[in-house]
Amino acid sequence: MTEIAVSSRTLPVGSKGHHASGWWGMVGLIATEAMLFAYLLFSYFYLASHALGAWPPDGPPSLRISVPGTIILVLGSLVMWWGERGIERAKRGVLIAGLAITLVLGVIFIVMQGFEWRGQPFSLSTGVYSSLYFTITGLHMLHVIIGLLMLAVLLVWTALGYFDAARHSAVSIGAIYWHFVTVVWLAVFFTFYIAPRLG
Amino acid sequence: MTTTETQRAPIIARVTDDSAITETLEQIWKGKPGIGGWLSTVDHKEIGKRYIVTAFIFLIVGGLEALLMRVQLARPNLTVLTPEQYSQIFTMHGVTMIFLYALPVLSGFSNYLWPLLLGARDMAFPRLNALSYWVFLFAGIFLYSSFVFGKGPDAGWFNYVPYTSLAYNPGPNIDVYALGMVLLGISTTVGSINFFVTLARTRAPGMSINRVPILVWGTLTASVGNLFAVPAVSLAFFMLWMDRQYNTHFFDSTAGGQPLLWEHLFWMFGHPWVYAIVLPAMGIVSDALPTFCRRPLVGYTAVALATVTTMVLGFGVWVHHMFASGLPILSLSYFSAASMTIVIPSAVAVFAWVATIWTGRPVFTTSFLFFAGFILLFVIGGVSGFMTAAVPLDWQLTRTYFVVAHLHYVIIGINVFPVVGGIYYWFPKVTGRLMNETLGKWSFWVMFIGFNVAFFPMHILGIEGMPRRVYTYSSGLGWETPNLVITVGAFVFAVGILLFLINVFVSGKRGVPAGPNPWDGASLEWSTSSPPPVYNFAVIPIVASRYPLWEDRLDEGSERTSVGTGLLLDRGRETIGTTSLDAEPDVILKMPGDSYLPVLVALTTTAVFVCLLLHSWWGLSITSLLTLLITIAWLWPQRALGQIETQP
Amino acid sequence: MIPCAMFLYIHMMSVSGLVQVEPPMAYHRTFGPAVDAITRLGWGLGIISLLVIIIIAGLLLGGIFRKRGVDPAADPRQLTVRRDAGGMGWIYIGVGTSSVVLFGCMIWTLIVTAAVAHPPVAPALTVQVTASQWWWSLRYVDDRPAQIFTTANEIHIPVGQPIRFELMSADVMHSFWIPQLAGKMDVIPGQTNVTWLEADQPGEYLGQCAAFCGPQHAHMALMIVAETPEDFTAWKHSQLADTAPPNSEEALRGAQIFQTRCAVCHTIRGVSPAGVVGPDLSHLMARHTLAAGLLPNTPGNLAGWIDNPQGLKPGTRMPDPNLSGTELTAVTSYLNTLQ
Repeated sequence: MTEIAVSSRTLPVGSKGHHASGWWGMVGLIATEAMLFAYLLFSYFYLASHALGAWPPDGPPSLRISVPGTIILVLGSLVMWWGERGIERAKRGVLIAGLAITLVLGVIFIVMQGFEWRGQPFSLSTGVYSSLYFTITGLHMLHVIIGLLMLAVLLVWTALGYFDAARHSAVSIGAIYWHFVTVVWLAVFFTFYIAPRLG
Repeated sequence: MTTTETQRAPIIARVTDDSAITETLEQIWKGKPGIGGWLSTVDHKEIGKRYIVTAFIFLIVGGLEALLMRVQLARPNLTVLTPEQYSQIFTMHGVTMIFLYALPVLSGFSNYLWPLLLGARDMAFPRLNALSYWVFLFAGIFLYSSFVFGKGPDAGWFNYVPYTSLAYNPGPNIDVYALGMVLLGISTTVGSINFFVTLARTRAPGMSINRVPILVWGTLTASVGNLFAVPAVSLAFFMLWMDRQYNTHFFDSTAGGQPLLWEHLFWMFGHPWVYAIVLPAMGIVSDALPTFCRRPLVGYTAVALATVTTMVLGFGVWVHHMFASGLPILSLSYFSAASMTIVIPSAVAVFAWVATIWTGRPVFTTSFLFFAGFILLFVIGGVSGFMTAAVPLDWQLTRTYFVVAHLHYVIIGINVFPVVGGIYYWFPKVTGRLMNETLGKWSFWVMFIGFNVAFFPMHILGIEGMPRRVYTYSSGLGWETPNLVITVGAFVFAVGILLFLINVFVSGKRGVPAGPNPWDGASLEWSTSSPPPVYNFAVIPIVASRYPLWEDRLDEGSERTSVGTGLLLDRGRETIGTTSLDAEPDVILKMPGDSYLPVLVALTTTAVFVCLLLHSWWGLSITSLLTLLITIAWLWPQRALGQIETQP
Repeated sequence: MIPCAMFLYIHMMSVSGLVQVEPPMAYHRTFGPAVDAITRLGWGLGIISLLVIIIIAGLLLGGIFRKRGVDPAADPRQLTVRRDAGGMGWIYIGVGTSSVVLFGCMIWTLIVTAAVAHPPVAPALTVQVTASQWWWSLRYVDDRPAQIFTTANEIHIPVGQPIRFELMSADVMHSFWIPQLAGKMDVIPGQTNVTWLEADQPGEYLGQCAAFCGPQHAHMALMIVAETPEDFTAWKHSQLADTAPPNSEEALRGAQIFQTRCAVCHTIRGVSPAGVVGPDLSHLMARHTLAAGLLPNTPGNLAGWIDNPQGLKPGTRMPDPNLSGTELTAVTSYLNTLQ
């Protein structure tokens, strides 16, 4: 083997920000999961358009819990963004705080959703609307729970000192997943809670 | 190493025959021996071979199911199979061929070839690659698990409601199909992400997007298409399972649900899927046919764009599977026009291939015969599709044997024939031995003649009114003679496949040894030894054109691809990451080594689905927890992968 | 020239037994305005398709076998041409021509679609079809309730006028298809699909369910009998008329057995009106076939069917009634009176 030259460019080694393959992989995952929700909402509008009688059958669902829940989730995304900026500036404490607060907000969102589920006048098998309601919000909740597990694991890894200003691709990857979960909720919220009120 | 390096200017080195680098790389990249190595390998070449072998086993199973059906249909009113047996066999035949053979075999080709074609050391996610294979294997076994007890899915591969609802189908048959498909969808999704990121990130420097082989375009298009399409069918099966198990009402017309919702979701997936199972195979022909025409492909850019256009348009035609369902005429007219429009990009490809042959100089190898035969079968399948695209004509043709003819011409003609031709082409690269040409030509002619004798009369049978999915038929309708001819042809075709398989086995053991480039091909895989070393390339090549090994003879520019001289990446398992469009070096990627985690995650995930099938909630909790823990272990940041920075 | 070749081809195939010129389910020749334009479209697109196959095959074989001058076997590594040796012209011309042809076919298709989508005049007769596993219930609708009647599997219509069909399902998805008179229309539970057809000339037109609906999907035939308006009116009157009461001891005994064992599923108008699960058997003997086209309607076949429906059509919803020999004879002779 003969060394000819050294490259003129210095390249980063390993996962670094958007160079990380994992970041691109998460983009692909988000694309496919976003399509899942697109098909779910298509199913909602398709079944709604063929429904006889009132839709929703019991009138539009209440905003009492869902609006605060939405605000909490959006807040969580903002906090996550703040946390990620923290580690970009080598402020590990900010990241830990960001992850922890987002985690708590996410748990609150789930608990509130649980209360809302309990308070619905219908169950899973009551009819078409109820089937859609619990399945779509339920699948979203499943994605939130997976997101919470991600946040918890990231919290542990941050506490163990794994990340610094240069290396924190796992945090970026988890963050875009969390933002995706928030955006999906906005679409679900619009479909179930706003669209029926638009006459 | 006590510190992880954060950056490096890679050395450019020239490899000579007595280099120590090959030994170093061999040590770094080789797998464990024995069963441990077999379970833990992440080598894309091993995974690719496994995909192809497993897919062919499913092809044989599906083929035997087909032969059983043809025996039952050879004469009127036979009782070789009961109606219920026939229902299960025709369903599993479709499921096996469409899901367990057609895409996995192309995934196998792409897995094996992509890094070699792109000048990389592995796919972007080696462990995920292994996972997608194991989940495919376990999902295939899951899908067959009830069939062996006579309780297999029995409502057709398309599984229309309400016949598949609990009221009409109370056994486990449909639940096995539903959950198995969601599980298989995980394999397909993971594989698609892998291909997409590999294409975007791990090509050799200089392999800009317009220099990438058409097989890569085809698989990339299919993968991105699958990312958008597979959720529709996973959702449909999930909703069906919910209707059956938890009394939801998505498809329940007695409670306001809509049976047509199933058809919409299924075909929104189903139509893009059929392009996913042919575009990579068309890419095989676009890359290999030029070698046997001794000239580059005519219209590379047109063909690449046509590939992408086909998939994009393919998302807009799904209703042509529902033309008889009573939808409004305006909507049907749009989908009919769109279904005719999609013929145009296919025409681009056909004329490109014909022009390549006409302006080239054919070399009559077995591969060439398969590719030439493929072009004719493509056209026959294409025009029968064009006929069914005309919506009022489809009201006669749909659900008759005319469509059976069409779908087999497109699936066998556009998938199986290129696959077999591709195997004859790349077999020497994979095994180091050439396949036998005489037996190869026999296998082509027997397959080609048998196929046409089996499937061409189905066009006529369809016009004579024989519906699909019938276990028998009466005499006096004019259907006897075509059915008998079809059965004979099917067995002849099966003999052709058998000859091909014999050729594979015999040549694997006693074929003539092949050098690195027995066909004088143009692309990068032919620059490696046959079989390639485990690390693919001793140094990462720097690519200068679309046809690296033909550059001197094409003499189109001053730049030359360098294979013997390139980037030296030897500090552990490494490959180069490049920018998406221009393929400029961007990052040195650290690749994971062999691991048992993929097969473990595949096992626990499959166990989750078994627990769902059996309604075992304790089992579900335990298997889900295990899957979660093993996944966390998998994702745990590693210094060796450059994911964390800290000093120990 | 090509149409001549086509006719020759079909003639050859029919001589060889491979194609019969008018087998009952074939639709290369059809008999009504709901479908004739489609048949012409089919011939046109079929001929174009065959031409395309022949042309491309010719180009393929020409490209493979055309003479190319000196064989470079002397130097097999010799590449033939540079990349840009005029190949793109093939794509431009080929795709251009194909696009023009496709566009023309698209226009023709849309014209045919518009032509057959609706009947030319409002249909005077409506038949409500309810499809079940694995037979067809037919209800002739009328404004006057006394003129409404139900029958099964065999639809009589007058020639020369459009007939409207309202399609409903009692269970799973089916598809209503009489190829020589109209294209298919699916029968989907939860909605009523509407289609129409018209017969130009009297005849018996065979049809079959065209959507997989279970194991006996293969045996769910139907028939349309198109008659002159006079014959149709006569048939209708005979359907509306009450059947004569049984006149022999055996038939009387058969009627009693029918009431206790069969009437729970089968209706005979004016006699036992309750059964809706199975086909209406009023005027059973007027029909050509039994069990949705499975068997010709003869006394022997009728007895055989009643005795062993599961053996003849495994999975059918009619259970084996387990009648003794004398009971069977009695019931059969009763049913034979239902003209």
